[in-house]
Amino acid sequence: MGCRVGNVENENIEIELLLKAIYMKYGYDFRNYSRASVKRRIKEVLGKSDLETISEVQHKILNDRVFFSVMLRHMSINVTEMFRDPSYYRILREKILPELSCLPYIKRWHAGCYSGEEVYSMAILLKEEGLYYKTMIYATDFDKEILEKAKRAIFPVENLKSYTNNYKKAGGLESFADYYFCKYEYALLDKSLKENILFSNHNLVTDGVFCEVDMIICRNVLIYFNRDLQNQVFKLFSDSLCKNGFLCLGSKETVRLSIHSKDFKDLVKEEKIYRKA
Amino acid sequence: MNHAFLETDKTYDAIVIGASAGGLDALRVILNQLPGDFVIPILIVLHRGKEKTLFFKRYFVDFCSSDIIEPEDKEAVKAGCIYFAPPDYHMMVEMDKTLSLSVDPPVNWSRPSIDVLFESAAEVYKEKLVGVILTGANKDGSVGFEKIKRLGGLLVVQDPATATASKMPRVAIEAVAVDCILTLHDIGVLLSGLIKS
Repeated sequence: MGCRVGNVENENIEIELLLKAIYMKYGYDFRNYSRASVKRRIKEVLGKSDLETISEVQHKILNDRVFFSVMLRHMSINVTEMFRDPSYYRILREKILPELSCLPYIKRWHAGCYSGEEVYSMAILLKEEGLYYKTMIYATDFDKEILEKAKRAIFPVENLKSYTNNYKKAGGLESFADYYFCKYEYALLDKSLKENILFSNHNLVTDGVFCEVDMIICRNVLIYFNRDLQNQVFKLFSDSLCKNGFLCLGSKETVRLSIHSKDFKDLVKEEKIYRKA
Repeated sequence: MNHAFLETDKTYDAIVIGASAGGLDALRVILNQLPGDFVIPILIVLHRGKEKTLFFKRYFVDFCSSDIIEPEDKEAVKAGCIYFAPPDYHMMVEMDKTLSLSVDPPVNWSRPSIDVLFESAAEVYKEKLVGVILTGANKDGSVGFEKIKRLGGLLVVQDPATATASKMPRVAIEAVAVDCILTLHDIGVLLSGLIKS
């Protein structure tokens, strides 16, 4: 049995080395990601390849850029949907947006926007509340290919049923079908939703503050980071928010465990909406 | 019921439990029997709908004197608490004994997935882990079971003949040489014995 436990230890060393190699060669830093998730993902890549060990994955990554981009895609997977957690959108509509409506101009940042589902959900919400015309949305992700996908705003039609459902539960004012049209098995979102969205490349781990905003939305991204990295990102958020600005996290994420918890006040506890102190 | 393995002085650091169809009732039978002051954590994946629900916690609080927790990300695992993976998130144990959540794709069509919890917990607790698979209609858990076994943990399965849905315990038994196959009541007795100091 000892040698089996030894295998786990060896594997953990191999993972440490692989992450270091990725950082040194390509500049992407996964070393402070939540290790349990990273390990699962690396082992999935290993399982789908014809390689035997994580050390072999490391060798291949160093020498094969295409293989690395496959890996990178796998490391950034985020399964989300439009209007995920309808109760959160309902609170935004009823409580948060009315407060923002008095501002002459609203700037918001979707950090780690992945393929854009939540960005477009927010755009719809702002449109219906009559605020979109004076809003600038910065939507960022570290994965350039996924940003291209987000810009296209094309989603599989089989997702529409659950999106429509969520939209209704989120208190949608119109018919969700007004916001897309279908072509073959895909749904294209209405172009006007993109007008005030700027998609750009930004890595929460390695990049710094790029503007001051009224609201930051970063949902189910921080769960992939360890506590040290979460602390670093909360500092970045604190520095990027104007006074009384809003921070929206995923329903199971919290600033409570962070050394920067004092920078934020609970606003809507159950939806993880905070306000910069 | 074979208690031979209990006669050694072996102690355990954590219990992980996986349950699917019929799991709410099955867990009720087991948790109901546990003493109030146990000294290790219990981590549970129960397949259920993705809606947040307050009913869930109340249901268990009624007959279980321990803290029932749907953890937030990176919460530390505490002895004497019962953790349920939150709906629509995978739950994993980190080496520093905190809990990480993820929205990775479903595993075995399930999020949370039993395999995801079991595999991560096996690496952390190794031979000090008890894995339990209860009623269910899919095959989630058997891969994680295999890993717990490989790292020296103890495997307990609900007797498929007594399960609301027999598939999940049956698949686990076919996949791995489990340590004991018991009725819900006997699992409750066994775990109660294991978690006292």
